[in-house]
Amino acid sequence: MSSRETILKAISNNRSALIPLENADIAIASNSDNLLEKFTAVLTSIGGQVEVIESIDPVNDYLYKIAGKDNRIVNVFLGDVVGNTTEAGELENVFVACIAGGIAVAENGAVWVDESMMVNRMLPFICQHLVLVIKDGNLVANMHEAYGKIDTVATGYGVFIAGPSKTADIEQSLVIGAHGPRSLKVFIM
Amino acid sequence: MSTINHAKASEKFIQDEPRTDWHDETLWFVRQKRDKAAHQIPDWESLRDSASNIKDHTLSNLDAYLTQFEKKATQNNIKVHWAADAKEHNEIIYSIIRDNNIKKVVKSKSMLTEECHLNPYLLERGIDVVDTDLGERIVQFREEAPSHIVLPAIHLKKEDVSNTFHQHLGTEKGNYDPQYLTEAARNHLREKFVHSQLAITGVNFAIAETGAIVVCTNEGNADLGVHAADIHVACMGIEKIIPSTQHLAVFLRLLARSATGQPITTYSSHFNKPGTGKQMHIVLVDNGRTKQLANPDFKNSLKCIRCAACFNTCPVYRRSGGHSYHTAVAGPIGAILSPNLDREANADLPFASTLCGSCTNVCPVKIDIHQQLWKWRQTLMKEGYGGASKKLSMQAMAMVLSKPALYRFLGSAGRLTMRLFPWLLNNKKFNPWYKQRDMPAAPKQSFRDWYKNNKA
Repeated sequence: MSSRETILKAISNNRSALIPLENADIAIASNSDNLLEKFTAVLTSIGGQVEVIESIDPVNDYLYKIAGKDNRIVNVFLGDVVGNTTEAGELENVFVACIAGGIAVAENGAVWVDESMMVNRMLPFICQHLVLVIKDGNLVANMHEAYGKIDTVATGYGVFIAGPSKTADIEQSLVIGAHGPRSLKVFIM
Repeated sequence: MSTINHAKASEKFIQDEPRTDWHDETLWFVRQKRDKAAHQIPDWESLRDSASNIKDHTLSNLDAYLTQFEKKATQNNIKVHWAADAKEHNEIIYSIIRDNNIKKVVKSKSMLTEECHLNPYLLERGIDVVDTDLGERIVQFREEAPSHIVLPAIHLKKEDVSNTFHQHLGTEKGNYDPQYLTEAARNHLREKFVHSQLAITGVNFAIAETGAIVVCTNEGNADLGVHAADIHVACMGIEKIIPSTQHLAVFLRLLARSATGQPITTYSSHFNKPGTGKQMHIVLVDNGRTKQLANPDFKNSLKCIRCAACFNTCPVYRRSGGHSYHTAVAGPIGAILSPNLDREANADLPFASTLCGSCTNVCPVKIDIHQQLWKWRQTLMKEGYGGASKKLSMQAMAMVLSKPALYRFLGSAGRLTMRLFPWLLNNKKFNPWYKQRDMPAAPKQSFRDWYKNNKA
């Protein structure tokens, strides 16, 4: 017998009678007041920045401000692409990446980004600084609403990003910029 | 009895009193952050109920969900493997490495690969796996095991890390700044990421409905490794399955808040299909889990989502350190999972508890941890794993407690001894309890006498 069969047989011999699945959503009501304030407060508390904008101009200003004139900007939102390459030389020098984000969650400051938005899976992680641009209509109260609206398998890969990369593995001292981006800024249009 | 035992191993840990206090207070601080995060969610208790129900349900239908998951994942171009035990798990991963002629392997945090001792297995075959979680890289340099499933290097001080990095990464001697040390690790590991050919990750949740897996990190190390490499191998215990994507909402609201008090981890990555031109493998591992499933007293330990809230709250864990548990998963949850894997080696662990029940109160999936600790003690004593001294002392206590006159006599004799001959008890040789503790002042009378005198 293969291990697959052995394992499945052991489970069917050993498991209990079926325990019904209760509706997980019934007890969990959403409060959709002040989503923007909540999202801003939570994301700021975990090291991210938030700015509400009327046009795309402040985004460009910000990108040039932090990249300076010598560093590379990849602005997927405005049509720059790095393709599917995972070549180190091609991606390692991306200083700041700007990507359109999807649904954003007020309760935890997380923004959904899938493969169609980032184009290259490596991009939001290898860049030194990350910028996400979302529409204010993308804000939802919590994760239940978020998964209600997102088709997580529309592309091969998707990720909730909540703040810059961080670690506290040395004596519980928080350090921003572990392996991934050293900063995250979310523009809400 | 096991060759290493928790009490004996803790003696080493608590020799350094300031360090023990630091460990204790730091983990208690993490516990307090967990409380603060939980209290901000009005639905917290309903979430715990939901999470518990989803896991109970899934375990009662596990074979159907696993086959559904396998079918969906296969449709998504993912290769699914089944491993009956640790050995088969390691062999599967090695065969993928060998067949693809891989030299450079990175790994993000996976307690399952620790449980299966994957790193030493691969090292024997010439493959040097680079652990990419900062805490795991630190302990890997030091040739130690992680002492905590979420905070692998919590037993170390920044001076230790600095010395280790000086030795392995050439950082400045005596520079203890965590920012500086993290930056050094960042530069070292980014170089490993971009050149890696195969990336191993754990799995936080696997979704039967879609065949996708979700991996949670703060550092972004799982994603950097996977996206840079040509092959992704994800290893998971069969209990990591949940029925549908909607259920992720429940678990992702609970996981990071329970673990570190964060609202969510920085990255919650959903891997559905391999990238263009790449391979993705998932290894489904039993290694004793189906045996645990058969036992009504212990089966719901399989609901665990590895948040480590029970570690951070446990008075014994905080004061004895993770290495004292001598298993991949330490703490209260490790103490109820490990005897199932090896009775003989881990019989001491269910006794490393005060049975205060704090673990059960903070568990996001409502595992009755302290009840299971108590049940394991009974099972282990019955099966003869308790050791002679524990058996004798229990028999003596049963005898004394069943004879009220003898109990009263011994009580007054004990109080007299504590007052007149304190050196008899304040002596580590005769009284192991006295080690690292002070004896309380002896009361003049028993509660029974006090009650008799004061009864109005």
